[in-house]
Amino acid sequence: MSEPSETPAEMIRFENVVKRFGSNTVLENLNFTVAPGEFVTLIGPSGSGKTTILRLVMTLERVTEGTIYVAGEPLSHMPKGGKLVPADEKYLRQARKRIGMVFQQFNLFPNMNVLRNVTEGPVRSLGKSRDEADKRARELLELVGLSDKVDARPTQLSGGQQQRVAIARALAMEPEVLLLDEVTSALDPELVTGVLHLLKDIATTTDITFLCVTHEMQFARDVSDRVMMFDGGKIVEDGPPEKIFTAPENDRTREFLQAVLDRA
Amino acid sequence: MDNFSVYLERILEGLPATLWATGGGIALTIVISLLAGLGLLSPSRIVRGLVRVYVEGFRGSSEVVQLFFFAVALAIFFGLPWNQTAQGLLLIGIIVLGLNHGAYGAEIVRGAVQSVPKEQLEGAVALNFTPVQRMWRIILPQAVVEMLPPFNNLFIQLLKGTALLSFITVPEMFQKADELRAVPAFSRDLWLIYLILLVFYMVLAVLITVVMRWLETLAARRVGRSVPSRERALARGAAA
Repeated sequence: MSEPSETPAEMIRFENVVKRFGSNTVLENLNFTVAPGEFVTLIGPSGSGKTTILRLVMTLERVTEGTIYVAGEPLSHMPKGGKLVPADEKYLRQARKRIGMVFQQFNLFPNMNVLRNVTEGPVRSLGKSRDEADKRARELLELVGLSDKVDARPTQLSGGQQQRVAIARALAMEPEVLLLDEVTSALDPELVTGVLHLLKDIATTTDITFLCVTHEMQFARDVSDRVMMFDGGKIVEDGPPEKIFTAPENDRTREFLQAVLDRA
Repeated sequence: MDNFSVYLERILEGLPATLWATGGGIALTIVISLLAGLGLLSPSRIVRGLVRVYVEGFRGSSEVVQLFFFAVALAIFFGLPWNQTAQGLLLIGIIVLGLNHGAYGAEIVRGAVQSVPKEQLEGAVALNFTPVQRMWRIILPQAVVEMLPPFNNLFIQLLKGTALLSFITVPEMFQKADELRAVPAFSRDLWLIYLILLVFYMVLAVLITVVMRWLETLAARRVGRSVPSRERALARGAAA
């Protein structure tokens, strides 16, 4: 189980992960694994550390203690002289290849048109030719329904369209793990459904492993293989969506779901 | 007034040196500002410290003394002949103008880079760009838009500062015009001589502004904004 093989038994493993910002402990001795192809959704109140988990996997933050593994290889650390030491930039560049992320605020590059936003990563980081990257980008933009916006600037698009571009951009990097960080939170309500449908399509037609933070409980229920409830930097409940949403065991989960449903 | 053409001719003789000093000074300022500005953001403490010493040193001391330091003191100390020719002195002037204004420019670059939302950097990390690619392809093109207006000010300051090169006898406009003061017959026209000079500086400053505004428009368009931004908001409102 712990030996990495051709298809690793675990795509993501958190081992005793602690994350502190100053004296504020955001994640407390966190342990969990995600299987290849699994769609795992993190739910819980704001400030419970869900987004920090995604940011750690994307290497936007460094762990304070513990180790993160992706596809059996250490991500936060690199092996050196038989020990694990904090990863340097060169190692991180290698490790990041497997991982993609879609952000709440899209984070498209305003100095590039839509096509360039999608091709720049493959060309600069994966070393693809411009032609090859263009071809793939156009396919992906068609998949997300934006074939006609290839030459547009991100600023000329609606929030929903921008997020579709961001999804195409992340897919163009051919990630094994895709992180979704509240991807519909910044969208106008009428644009949310379209983006969620698109993500559901992608999740069911690819073997990408998803780690998703969302407040869209119906979506989480429809698409997740597993749901993890967070509170105070800890997993308080972990199980299949049917169980979490219909028969939660934990009081905090019940309270949280009740509060979310009341708001809706 | 009869001698208007004499005055004009005299000032025009100094124009090339002023233009060289301005152009050369601006070019050097841009290069130094970028290097020092990025140096101020370096992860290395040593680099940040060294650049900080440079910035505070040149920003905090007199430009006139800096000129004498390079043109006179260093030349004598090292026994170098670089202050023997007008070209040599002009070159020293350009170097001092560049070093001095580069110290101010470094802060402009640093501020502009920091003003780019950190989400842009994170987007670039998620696409696995190298640190150099992040800066060069994502952050700087956006930061340039913020840099240009303060650089416009800085370049005009530099233009006006070229008159200081008269202290080290560079034959620029002010030096040439001021030499007319020695002629007693021109003393009643001194107001005119200096007025022409002021107009010359003003026209050059306007030229700098015109070029910089044009660059601002280009840079803004590159990041998908139009200048002024109000027009765009109105256009979008009408389309919706």
